[in-house]
Amino acid sequence: MIVADNIRKDFREIKAVRNISFEVKRGETMVLLGTSGCGKTTTLKMLNRLIEASSGKITIDGKDIFQERPEKLRRTIGYVSQNNGLFPHFTVSENIAIIPKLLHWTKSDIQTKTEALLAQLKIPWEEYAHKYPDELSGGQKQRVAVARALIADAPVLLMDEPFGALDPVTRAGIRTEFTQLPELKRKTIVLVTHDIQEALELGDKICLMDQGEIVQSGTARDLLMKPVNDFVKAFFESQRLYLELKSLSFNDIWELLPHADDLSGPVLWSNETLWKGMEYLSEQKKTQLVVVDKINQIHKKVTLANLQESLNRFKYNL
Amino acid sequence: MEPQQSLLEFMGQQSDKLWSQTIAHIGLTCISLLIAVIVGMPLGIWIARRKKATWVVLGIAGILQTIPSIALLGFMIPLLGIGALPAITALFLYALLPIIRNTYTGITGVDPAITESARAMGMTTRQILFSVELPLALPVILAGIRTATVINVGVATLAAYIAAGGLGEFIFGGIALNNSNMILAGAIPAALLAILFDFLLSRIQKTNLERMRKVSVILPVLLLVLSSFYIIPNSENKLLGGFTPEFMGREDGYLGLKSKYKLRIPTVVISDAVMYKAAFEKKIDVISGYSTDGRLKAYDLMTLDDDQHIFPPYYASPLVRTDVLIKYPELQPALELLSGKINDSIMTDLNYRVDYLKQTPEKVAHDFLVRNGLYKKPNIGNKGVIRLGSKIFAEQYILIEMYKELIEGNTQLKTVSKTGLGGTKICFDALTNNEIDLYPEYTGTGLLVILKPTKTEVENLKGNRDKVFEFVKKQFSNHYQLQWLKPIGFNNAYALMMRKNQAQSLNIKSITDLTTYAANGNHRPKRGI
Repeated sequence: MIVADNIRKDFREIKAVRNISFEVKRGETMVLLGTSGCGKTTTLKMLNRLIEASSGKITIDGKDIFQERPEKLRRTIGYVSQNNGLFPHFTVSENIAIIPKLLHWTKSDIQTKTEALLAQLKIPWEEYAHKYPDELSGGQKQRVAVARALIADAPVLLMDEPFGALDPVTRAGIRTEFTQLPELKRKTIVLVTHDIQEALELGDKICLMDQGEIVQSGTARDLLMKPVNDFVKAFFESQRLYLELKSLSFNDIWELLPHADDLSGPVLWSNETLWKGMEYLSEQKKTQLVVVDKINQIHKKVTLANLQESLNRFKYNL
Repeated sequence: MEPQQSLLEFMGQQSDKLWSQTIAHIGLTCISLLIAVIVGMPLGIWIARRKKATWVVLGIAGILQTIPSIALLGFMIPLLGIGALPAITALFLYALLPIIRNTYTGITGVDPAITESARAMGMTTRQILFSVELPLALPVILAGIRTATVINVGVATLAAYIAAGGLGEFIFGGIALNNSNMILAGAIPAALLAILFDFLLSRIQKTNLERMRKVSVILPVLLLVLSSFYIIPNSENKLLGGFTPEFMGREDGYLGLKSKYKLRIPTVVISDAVMYKAAFEKKIDVISGYSTDGRLKAYDLMTLDDDQHIFPPYYASPLVRTDVLIKYPELQPALELLSGKINDSIMTDLNYRVDYLKQTPEKVAHDFLVRNGLYKKPNIGNKGVIRLGSKIFAEQYILIEMYKELIEGNTQLKTVSKTGLGGTKICFDALTNNEIDLYPEYTGTGLLVILKPTKTEVENLKGNRDKVFEFVKKQFSNHYQLQWLKPIGFNNAYALMMRKNQAQSLNIKSITDLTTYAANGNHRPKRGI
């Protein structure tokens, strides 16, 4: 668990970030979201003391990070940066072995762990272990960077725009893989991004930052549906419909949907997002689909028209 | 005259010397380079961390770089004397800037994203330096070392001026002795060394990152090995001779010492500009001076008796282009006003004033002419211009100043001076190429360095100065259209010199005494004397 309590950072006269407080529970992913220069990266880097906070308190699993030697602290925190930060003069396997070597693992331990991890990340050991970063594609480099951050099994992972340098197609693919990676499921993650979709997909919790402060934090739905001010509202405006469909499931609008009389058409579980429902309707060229509540086995009918109406009524009720 | 020898013949004949000079040259270059790397890299790393110190350090190193190499060597002599130490120091200072600057550029050029990720993984500053920054900066650092190497191979030729050896011995010997083969025998290997080192380092620089790691181990070791090549004659126990490049190659010089006297002492080559002082400071014990040199008096040296007569006395006299004498008939009488006016002791005294009392040659010359009633106010005429040349030592400067006042006072001619024309070859070539009209020369030099007569011809002259004068005068007039005017009066000859108190305590009065002393393997007394 990471707790930040009122941290602040000044660069000489300029107040970079201030009044930052948050809590990330064990196994949770928190996203620091915001435009360039809002202080999200500074905030992230204060967690592993790449940047020293000017004031405030940060604890990780109850331990005050300022009491520890920075080098030692950092070896227990995985870190992935936007431009991968791989050492160009090290091979893939050497890059991954950096932290284990600092921790004095045995050679065979390093090898076994590296092979397993690379396999999970779909980078075959035999083919890639002895290649240099320059010989890899952008996506592969980023996977190696992730592997490097994961190898020592640090409980905490910090990611600074980890997919920011990739093209949209690769990014979407790697992000999906990423969410399915078992290694990542148990980790406490803080992720920085300016990509709203990415924040929505990966974050259990989102902190929206502006001008060095957290403007609002909460779940994606909180930010979308209950913006605290015009800034938050405006931030999501351009993709609002998409985001709403993505962030709401059929359970959320369950009461507003009519019962299904005939059970024809494709069937979806009720915990799927509204977006998934829309995709089904358009892909399968059907006018209606059936949504099933897992627990009570109740069936509801969904058409484009009633989906839209239910959504509007849901928002109106908030 | 003997037939021209080809360059290859010369190199073959001198191969021992050539090898030892080349190896000394490599050693000299590598030692100074090694020290420069040891000092320069940490400095470069340091200023990459402390931006405030950057411009101070680079500024100082830059200023050092702009000091002309010969001047830097000159500065070193009062501080460190002669020999290896000042030469290595000077070369080290030259190699410093490119190494510091490239280390700094290399380290600061490492992508900050990479060093940040290294920090983020928990590497210490030291670990980051050695496993990230230095390996990534290595190509740039190597480029700096490459520049420094090429500079050093070139500058190291000047080390021969201060008895530190290297290929400069041939180059300066060749210039002094008018021997193109000798110059090339020094210059070509020096140039080849520069090209070879540059090529090897460029290959290393282009190797991939993986092999770079091996390079960072191999290179220092290689430098260390090459450095150990540099062994200068060990003179701990014996008298050490310090002779000028010209003396080393002359029959009435070192060659004669070896063949006639059978003298065997370790020698170093040194410029006559610093030779006397080096003897005075006990860096060397026996030097090849000139009998009229003022520093003989200044540094309390004594000449050894030439009991087998290998240093015949020679006249000093102005050597003038024949066409100039015909064009301006009034020139010869003006120049000959000086003849018979300066004997050995007067010349020594005049030299002493310049060399030791630090009076300017102009003043010494002017005072002398005034004292002897030879001075006349300059006519400021515009009939023509006479170009006066001189070699690079006090006696010649003084003579040139005298000729200047004599010509301008007694004729309607103007003069310009081109002083400091290195050695005999440079002066003589300038004269024959019509770049100067006259310079003071010595008949012995004219005979042995320029005419290069056969052994029998030399035997016939029997070291008789008047016979030599007539021979040289005739030959020069026929072959080069140059005229030797009436001798000035003093004799100048080579002489072996030692510190007075050392010579006395070892009871050495003549060169034969010296030979006997050296042959008996008597050990050199500790440097107390």
